[in-house]
Amino acid sequence: MSMSKAVPEPTPETRPFWDGCARGELMLQRCRACGQPYFYPRPICPACGSTDVEWFTASGQATLYSYVINHRPARGFEDDGPYAIAVVELAEGPRMMTNIVGIPNTPEDLVLDMALQVTFEQRGDISLPVFGPAGENQ
Amino acid sequence: MSRERGVIIAGAAETDALGKLPDHSTLQLHIEGAVNAVADAGLTMRDIDGIATVNSPGPVQVAHALGITPAWMDGTAVGGTSFLLHVRHAAAAIRAGYATTVLITHGESGRSRVGAAPWPRGGSSIPGQFEAPYGTTGPTSTFTIPLLRYMKEYGLTQEQLAYVAVAQRKWAARNPRAMFRDLITVEDVLASRIVAYPFHLLECCLVTDGGGALIVTAADRAAEFPKPPVHVLGTGEAMETPMISQMVDFTESQAFRQAGQAAFAEAGITTADVRHMMIYDAFAHVPIYGLEALGFVKKGEAGPFIADGNTEPGGRLPLNTNGGGLSYTHTGMYGMFAIQEGVRQVRGEAAAQVPDAEISVILGNGGMFATSGVLVLGRQAG
Repeated sequence: MSMSKAVPEPTPETRPFWDGCARGELMLQRCRACGQPYFYPRPICPACGSTDVEWFTASGQATLYSYVINHRPARGFEDDGPYAIAVVELAEGPRMMTNIVGIPNTPEDLVLDMALQVTFEQRGDISLPVFGPAGENQ
Repeated sequence: MSRERGVIIAGAAETDALGKLPDHSTLQLHIEGAVNAVADAGLTMRDIDGIATVNSPGPVQVAHALGITPAWMDGTAVGGTSFLLHVRHAAAAIRAGYATTVLITHGESGRSRVGAAPWPRGGSSIPGQFEAPYGTTGPTSTFTIPLLRYMKEYGLTQEQLAYVAVAQRKWAARNPRAMFRDLITVEDVLASRIVAYPFHLLECCLVTDGGGALIVTAADRAAEFPKPPVHVLGTGEAMETPMISQMVDFTESQAFRQAGQAAFAEAGITTADVRHMMIYDAFAHVPIYGLEALGFVKKGEAGPFIADGNTEPGGRLPLNTNGGGLSYTHTGMYGMFAIQEGVRQVRGEAAAQVPDAEISVILGNGGMFATSGVLVLGRQAG
């Protein structure tokens, strides 16, 4: 197990996000006072400071915002070959880090602003949100 | 402008050697830097009544090892720019009367990892939950992520990025203490192995052992010290994000801009006054972001500006004249070395001395565009 990939350890404020992933849903939070959707999970709106916030299920649609292709693998990634560490922009606005699946992780295949769709990868007890080309993972 | 009591850097020194120092622990590097800086200022350790450094080992450990018990301490640890913030905080403490003579130390066994703190982990932290699972490996795979977006938005080419390393090597070639001194070409950079596409090895900083320290005190004491005073004319500090994925705009650093604006405003200067510039270069894109954030060029123009030779020897804005993190040294928290070169240039004692370095600006980065500090240093009081 010491050579396995890092597994997120949910905390009370992030638990609904990870529970959503286990159901195959990407959960975001939204401020009930100003309407701002945001990520990462936390109990306060970063736009207006309101603590009146709610969870909702995001569309899972995103575009590729930026990335690197990492040639120095992290623990557990040794056998994957060079892999993209990407940031995607969700259709709802927030951005998140992810990996890109279902497509070669090469500069030629990973074109900025390409349409992506969330899918989930099992990692220990956690379902981890990753993204693949839109239309192939729905 | 001198609305407040002036503050100077009265002593500045690095460890005797930089590079691969397996016989030095992290704490030893702090001590050696401190001893050298105190000597540079013509003081003794007993004269120090304030201390600032990062964790670890932290101000209590460093002060205790030095046999002193300062009545003012600052343990701000927000990455490699922390030492610039320490100068800012020390200036405030001196003006407030909390301390008269502040010692700021850096030591890091970044390469040999002797007595070094382990890299922080923790799967329940926010980065542990939302970045580490995607295979991040520290700065090389995270600090680098914004650049592809910048390249698409502003047309920066791989050759222009590579030229940042080429230009800085020209400075390093003039500096006997620089780790890498052989001149390189764009072709050499692009032929070096890819570390994290689009970054090649020669576009990434060194990993070394070393340290350094500063003595900060009131400007009205300037005549007491053997070296010419380096006036702290303006300072700024700013923060943006604990995770690269949450950077507001991947094509610009808000922290760089805000810290720069604060420092320039306090000093009462514009970019036209700056004769020497240091920009923390953990990777080749950081000077590009820095030049644009401080307003030396417009968005998208820094790559061509550097590629046209403006920042290399003979250029109109000498930049990273020690060779920078790419060629001089980079222990992990490089900010101390950027300050040291700014001090040397203002004093007129740098290895690759710039003519008329009346005003030097130091732009520090902490984490992955997480934090920033800016110092405006000058030969004359404001």
